[in-house]
Amino acid sequence: MSQDDYPSDKSFPTHPHAPAATEQGSKTTSKEEPVTENAWNKLNAFTDARVGLGRSGISVPTKHLLAFQLAHAQAIDAVHTQLDSDTLSKTLMEQNWAKDWMTNCAPLMLHSRATDRATYLQRPDYGRRLDEESANILDEHRASTSQDYDLAIVVVDGLSSLAIEQNTQPFLQALFSHLDDWNLAPISFVKQGRVAIGDEVCERLNAKCVLVLIGERPGLSSPDSLGLYLTWNGKVGLTDAYRNCISNVRPAGLVYQEAARKAFYLLKEARTLKLSGVKLKDRSDDDLIIDTSTESKNFLIS
Amino acid sequence: MILGVSKSYALFYVGFVSQLNISKARETVMSKPNSTFQFRNFQFKNTVGERTFGFVDLADLMAKATPARSGDRLAGVAAESAEERAIAQMTLADVPLSLFLEQALVPYEEDEITRLILDDHDKSAFSLISHLTVGGFRDWLLSDLATSDVLIQIRPGVTPEMAAAVSKIMRNQDLILVAKKCHVKTAFRNTIGLPGHLSTRLQPNHPTDDLTGIAASMLDGLLYANGDAVIGINPATDNVQQATRLIKMMDEVIQHYEIPTQSCVLTHVTNTIECIDQGAPVDLVFQSIGGTQATNDSFGFNLANLAEAQDAALSLNRGTVGNNVMYFETGQGSALSANANHGLDQQTCEARAYAVARKFNPLLVNTVVGFIGPEYLYDGKEITRAGLEDHFCGKLLGLPMGCDVCYTNHAEADQNDMDNLLTLLGVAGCTFVMGIPGSDDIMLNYQTTSFHDALYARRALGLKPAPEFDLWLTKMEIFKNNEQFTLNHQLPDAFHQSLNRMIGGRS
Repeated sequence: MSQDDYPSDKSFPTHPHAPAATEQGSKTTSKEEPVTENAWNKLNAFTDARVGLGRSGISVPTKHLLAFQLAHAQAIDAVHTQLDSDTLSKTLMEQNWAKDWMTNCAPLMLHSRATDRATYLQRPDYGRRLDEESANILDEHRASTSQDYDLAIVVVDGLSSLAIEQNTQPFLQALFSHLDDWNLAPISFVKQGRVAIGDEVCERLNAKCVLVLIGERPGLSSPDSLGLYLTWNGKVGLTDAYRNCISNVRPAGLVYQEAARKAFYLLKEARTLKLSGVKLKDRSDDDLIIDTSTESKNFLIS
Repeated sequence: MILGVSKSYALFYVGFVSQLNISKARETVMSKPNSTFQFRNFQFKNTVGERTFGFVDLADLMAKATPARSGDRLAGVAAESAEERAIAQMTLADVPLSLFLEQALVPYEEDEITRLILDDHDKSAFSLISHLTVGGFRDWLLSDLATSDVLIQIRPGVTPEMAAAVSKIMRNQDLILVAKKCHVKTAFRNTIGLPGHLSTRLQPNHPTDDLTGIAASMLDGLLYANGDAVIGINPATDNVQQATRLIKMMDEVIQHYEIPTQSCVLTHVTNTIECIDQGAPVDLVFQSIGGTQATNDSFGFNLANLAEAQDAALSLNRGTVGNNVMYFETGQGSALSANANHGLDQQTCEARAYAVARKFNPLLVNTVVGFIGPEYLYDGKEITRAGLEDHFCGKLLGLPMGCDVCYTNHAEADQNDMDNLLTLLGVAGCTFVMGIPGSDDIMLNYQTTSFHDALYARRALGLKPAPEFDLWLTKMEIFKNNEQFTLNHQLPDAFHQSLNRMIGGRS
């Protein structure tokens, strides 16, 4: 996997290096200024790390302090804002590519056993299981149909509703171009859920495989990161060893087409091998030629 | 008025509580609401007024006496009420320290860390405090009897469980005051842990281990006078090849600028052994450690692996002023998350990890206090308490204890909480803290202390970097005034050339 071309110009908008926020005027430094700029601040072109911030005395200058506070605020909001699954579901239904799927079987609106966010954050065990009403919804659906489902797609808020709202529709659109011969279960939306809750959905729908889309723990400059987890034959009680993960799906991270390509590779392999997890290796990049000749040198010594 | 009332109430209250009560009196069971426990024998009972509180065993008593935190609630071992916690603390205060030598909290036969703790216990060192209860131990530690020298003397007689127990009945200021008296000096290419000093780990992590990105953060850190504890990278790709590449890179920088510091790649101990076998210039061996054998099993190592790694690193003989070659990281909650806590509270498990650490004479031990998330430490208050407990227990046991003062974005914590904990730890004589650009770790996605924060602690509390490193900062003209921690306004000459290579001329 070549991440060396990490797109530093695609930072989340509030990152101090993000294009819009930069050229506000590179002031010339004089010793009388309360803020001492750093001669090495241009190194921020080579990393997302907050290098060369300058200093007020020995403290962080006001503009960088406030930028940090904004980024933290966005990360907190990503964690605490409730997922609006009704709106998201409506948006999906309006998509041409999703019309057949979404209108044939109405989305399933589910909730974990964690009643609120504070409980969710302290009791990961509650977030892994569906509440009674949600279990009934799935059981009733299963009883009402004789279809065999190849795949259940489960959209879970996780730790970032922002990630779900921003990335679900474009990622699924990219994935759908690969899924012609897969019989899909109705899409599920789960509130206050953890990754493992997908296994219970899979089990109750009697689907062969489950793909969970979940909001990842937000970073300061990546509050919008989506994670994908695949389990073949998902059942309550399975551990991470039975799952394959694709992480950091977002415009500034792993882009949708790439994420969809990798996800479909794993789905296809899982269907062939009838398994997932540690025994299913991601070889989707094996064909890429790894070129180390262009690797950056350590400028501090050469 | 109110003060007077509560004071007399307290005296009255204590009169009724006091000693361990092994009576078979009828009881109101508070510890387990489940009725099947009604008739079970409690090792510890304590009657307050009409009610008797029972505690099944020493582990149960320790857990219920622990100041509140989410991880113990998640484990189902926490006190059910504030009153039960207070009673547990009173009961624990009456437990003799010697009981911890008789009753292992994790069975001796099952757990190599219990064996390490009990087999290595030094009875003559213990004799100074062997007559004390846990409560008496607190008084003794705070008293003028416990000088810095005496605290060094008793170290091998103190077990992690004794340290954990006494910490549970200490206030934050007690934890600070006693830790400050515990001096722990270690050395490799510089001297760490002298009183009045604070070191920093420069942590130049990068999400793809890109060398330019790492070098940029290293330069930033060095020019902000950070990096005397260690320059330590958490690799994004964790294998021998990558670790070797990063070890070499840091070694070249340290040699080129003649920096009196050491490097470390935080990869698995077995990887580091392979790196050494292949000739990589390894300074420090890293490992995350926990306080039960089952935790360390889940981390994929045992004590023999650590001994092998220590020998391998010592054989390279790369230290110039000392031979402490190990760097350990710990953190409350790791045992529970590995399903390996044996019914213990997370702080007791954490303290047991320090037995592992002290066996191998580490240069640095780092409790990564807020990284694990809110299911273990919910908010700034719990993170602060845990940081002070870990630092105190580590220091009392003789470890060069540092703290990753940190939080994740799903915890109820912010920069102000970190400022508070950093300040408290600085007062307590913490050995080292982290330093990263702008508090934002772009690889591990959490916030820790910044290069700027370390300078804040220096200025606010007068804490100096390691003496050898301090001299280097002067020589390189990074510091203009070491006493006042004033940085050079200009880019120091030695760095012009490298910066020009990268960005083409000064800006």
